Amino acid sequence: MKWIYDPWPWYVSGPLMALVMFLLLMVGKRFGMSSNLKTICTICGAGKASNFFKFDWKAQRWNLIVLLGVVIGGYIASTFLSIDTSVAINPDVIIDLQSKGFTSAGKAYIPELLYSNDVFNTSKSMFLLIIGGIFVGFGARYAGGCTSGHAISGLSNLQIPSLIAVIGFFIGGLLMIHIIFPLIF
Amino acid sequence: MRSVIYLVIGVFFGIVLFKSEAASWFRIYEMFQFASFHMYGIIGSAVGLGILILQYIKSKKIKSFYGETIMITPKEKSFTRYMLGGILFGLGWALAGACPGPMFVLLGAGYIPILIVLISSVLGTFLYGILKDKLPH
Repeated sequence: MKWIYDPWPWYVSGPLMALVMFLLLMVGKRFGMSSNLKTICTICGAGKASNFFKFDWKAQRWNLIVLLGVVIGGYIASTFLSIDTSVAINPDVIIDLQSKGFTSAGKAYIPELLYSNDVFNTSKSMFLLIIGGIFVGFGARYAGGCTSGHAISGLSNLQIPSLIAVIGFFIGGLLMIHIIFPLIF
Repeated sequence: MRSVIYLVIGVFFGIVLFKSEAASWFRIYEMFQFASFHMYGIIGSAVGLGILILQYIKSKKIKSFYGETIMITPKEKSFTRYMLGGILFGLGWALAGACPGPMFVLLGAGYIPILIVLISSVLGTFLYGILKDKLPH
């Protein structure tokens, strides 16, 4: 059982994600995490500002429960199913990241530069997290889905719109890492 | 009862996201540097198996556990919204290193600053709702 405490290889993780999609279909639901962000807007009263948010959010209650499960899953996996959570990425990438100031590369799960509690006192990192979040939320709704809905569910269903969206995800990601990162880090 | 099933599926998904390291900023960065097969393997094997599952469901007309027909409504045909929305999403995904599922995983794992990303993503969703009619779709 020691394997469970190690990072899970792609050939275990990928099929298990397909299993999640299958289970949701079998209980009559659809795999899609970003719709929850829309539901949260509606619960917060966004229906007053735009008709886009005027819908019966209770019909989406099931997905919020899935989301609550995801939070609990993150807690269980990090607390009980992991000994060392540092991520063993490619050594060349570690060197590259350290030269950009990401000193925790290879030693942590997510970078301290952006995600240590100091970030609340670091205006640059704080600003970057806010921009990142806004783009994720805005882009996911504009594209009509995120990594779960388009990349996994949509591609599995051989939908052309999802293929276009996933190509977009990669164009955006490559622009950020190769063009914008050298300017900001 | 159904709520318990949704919760269990969510817990399982959260564990897989964390243990696969798909919720790690570093893995996303490495993916966009084409420096490891890991993320491509995850997405590729998930989609590969997913295609088989959906083809099976469609050809055998499999019903859900509750006897309902499994209907997958195709997304409306368009190019602009998927491409532009996709690019914006990709920019944010690479910067924050987390998409909507992993954000909640990281919250559970105790990384408090992810709340900034989470709240901002709700704000981003709200901005889309307001600007929707002015955007090309």
